[in-house]
Amino acid sequence: MSDVAERSRAVPRGPTPARMARGLGWFSLALGAAELLMPRQVARACGMRVDPALVRWYGVREIASGIGILTARDPRPWLWARTAGDVLDMATLATATRPHADGTRTGVALLNVAAVTAADVWCATQYRPEARQPQRDYSARSGLPDAPERLRGAARKDFRMPRDMRIPAALRPWRDGKPVQSDE
Amino acid sequence: MKALRWHGKHDIRCDNVADPIIEHPRDAIIKMSACAICGSDLHLFDGFMPGMKSGDIMGHEFMGEVVEVGAENKALKKGDRVVVPFTITCGECDQCKRGNFSVCERTNRNKDAADKMFGHTTAGLFGYSHLTGGYPGGQAEYVRVPFADSTHVKVPDELTDEQVLFLGDIFPTGWQAAVQCDIEPTDTVAIWGAGPVGQMTIRSALLLGAKQVICIDRVPERLAMARAGGAITIDFENESVVERLNELTQGKGPEKCIDAVGMESHATRSIDAMYDRVKQAVMLETDRPHVLREMIYVCRPGGVLSIPGVYGGLIDKIPFGASLNKGLTWRMGQTHVKRWTDDLLRRIREGQIDPSFVITHTASLEDGPGLYKTFREKQDGCIKVVLKPGAPS
Repeated sequence: MSDVAERSRAVPRGPTPARMARGLGWFSLALGAAELLMPRQVARACGMRVDPALVRWYGVREIASGIGILTARDPRPWLWARTAGDVLDMATLATATRPHADGTRTGVALLNVAAVTAADVWCATQYRPEARQPQRDYSARSGLPDAPERLRGAARKDFRMPRDMRIPAALRPWRDGKPVQSDE
Repeated sequence: MKALRWHGKHDIRCDNVADPIIEHPRDAIIKMSACAICGSDLHLFDGFMPGMKSGDIMGHEFMGEVVEVGAENKALKKGDRVVVPFTITCGECDQCKRGNFSVCERTNRNKDAADKMFGHTTAGLFGYSHLTGGYPGGQAEYVRVPFADSTHVKVPDELTDEQVLFLGDIFPTGWQAAVQCDIEPTDTVAIWGAGPVGQMTIRSALLLGAKQVICIDRVPERLAMARAGGAITIDFENESVVERLNELTQGKGPEKCIDAVGMESHATRSIDAMYDRVKQAVMLETDRPHVLREMIYVCRPGGVLSIPGVYGGLIDKIPFGASLNKGLTWRMGQTHVKRWTDDLLRRIREGQIDPSFVITHTASLEDGPGLYKTFREKQDGCIKVVLKPGAPS
C-alpha cells in the first residue's frame, strides 16, 4: 500500500460527539414525526392510554429539538433541551398507572428513554464547537505564475467570448446610461 | 487488465477484467498513464445516479498513449499522447458542428433510455451510467475510446501528465462555468464549492477579470487553496453566507453566481437542507439543491446563475418566483470540453496557469477504492486524487 493510502486509512473514524449530535437530531425528528402523525400507536407502544393531543405536543417538542440540534452552530443548548424533554417523558411514563397502562411496555419504554437520556447527556457534555483544523497547508498552491492580483483579467486580452455565451446587453453593466461594450 | 469497477453503493473494487478491443473502425485503444477521481464520480459512488450496473468500469478523467487504432481513424496513430475528453463526440452531428459537444446527437448508444429520461439524448460519457451509453471508463490500465478520431486532445511531450490531465474535464468545466457568466471587470463572482471544479472556476474567473471572486465552502484545506488562487472565502459553518455576500457587495449581491457543488450539497444548519435529506431518504427527491436555492436568493437582480455542478434528476422547492422576478439568467450543462481545450492547452504551455496545483493525492490504481472513501470524506486534506496505473501500490 502506498504512503498516501496508508495515511488515508490512518484517519480516525467512528462516533464523535458531533456525529452523535447529528444522529440525535435526526432521531428527534423521526420520533417527533411519529408522535405527531401516529399518537395513539406511539402511546400504545409505550403501554399507555393517554390523550393523543398530549403525545402530539410531545412530538412538536421533539421536532423543535431536532431542528435546533441540526441547525444551530452550537447544538449544546438543544441537547440540554432534549434532556429536559427526556425527563418529562420519563415522568409521564412513571406516573402512568393501571388500568390505563401496561406495566411491561411502560418499563421497556422507560429503559429506552433512560438510554437516550444518557446519550443526550454524554453528547451535551462532550461536544466542543471547535473549528476543524487543516490537516495540510495548501496556502501556497495557486497554480498561477504570479500573485493573483497581478493576473486579474490576464486572459481577457486574447480570449474571444463566443456569442452564445454572452448575456443580453440589457443585463450587462451600464455606464453613463449605456451598456458597457467591453471586449466586443 | 486491472480496472476500478462499481459493484454498488460505496463499493468500488480493483478487479481483473478483459482488455478492451477495437469494436469500430473509428476507435482507438489507450494505455493509461494517469487518471483521476472526479467529484462527479462520487455521485455514482454514493448511488445517486440511476442507470449503473454492477461491474461497470469507473472513470472519465484520463490520458495516455495510443496503442491501437481502428482502420478508419486517420486522426490518431500509435504512440500519440492524448487526453480524452469525458464527453464522447462524433464531430459531425448538428450539435457538434455548433460546438455543443456535450449534447452530441450520435454518441450515446443507449439513446432510447436517454430520450425517455431527458426528452432527448445527450452525448455518450465514459464510465457514467448506462443512461449515457454505458461506456467503460478510464480508471483502468486500458480503455477503448469510441469516436476516437474526434474524441481526443493531443498533448505535447514537454508538459507533464499532471499539467494536462485535467484538460479532459475539470479545467474546461471550471472555465466554461466562468465563461458562461460573461464576466465583466466590474463583476463580483460568487462560487459555491471549493472542490476541484470550484478551484478551477476561481482561477478562470480571476483570469477573465472578475473584480472580486468569492468562494463558499467549509473545508479548511480547500478554503486555503481558494485563497491562494485569489478568492475571498466564506466558511459556511461559521459565517452567514447571505450576510457576508451582502457585506462584500454593498448589499446588492453578486452579479454572477456559480454552483460548483451540484446534487449532493452538504449544507448544515438550514431547514431546507434537512428537508432535502428527508425527501432523498424516502426517495421523493433525487438531488439536494440547497446551493441553487441560496444562489437564487443572493444573486443580484439581472444576474447570472452558472451551474457546472452535476444534477441527476428531480429537485424540489426551488424559489422560481424569486428567480423570475429578479430576471436571473440560468446557464448550465455538461462541459463542451473540445470547445475550450485548444485555448486552455495554449494557456498551460504559456505558463498562464498550471492545473497540477490541485493534486493532493497520487497513488496506484489498486489504492483507488480506498481513496474514493478518503475523497468522499474530505479526509487527509484530500482535494484531488490522481491514479497512476502500473505504479507500485
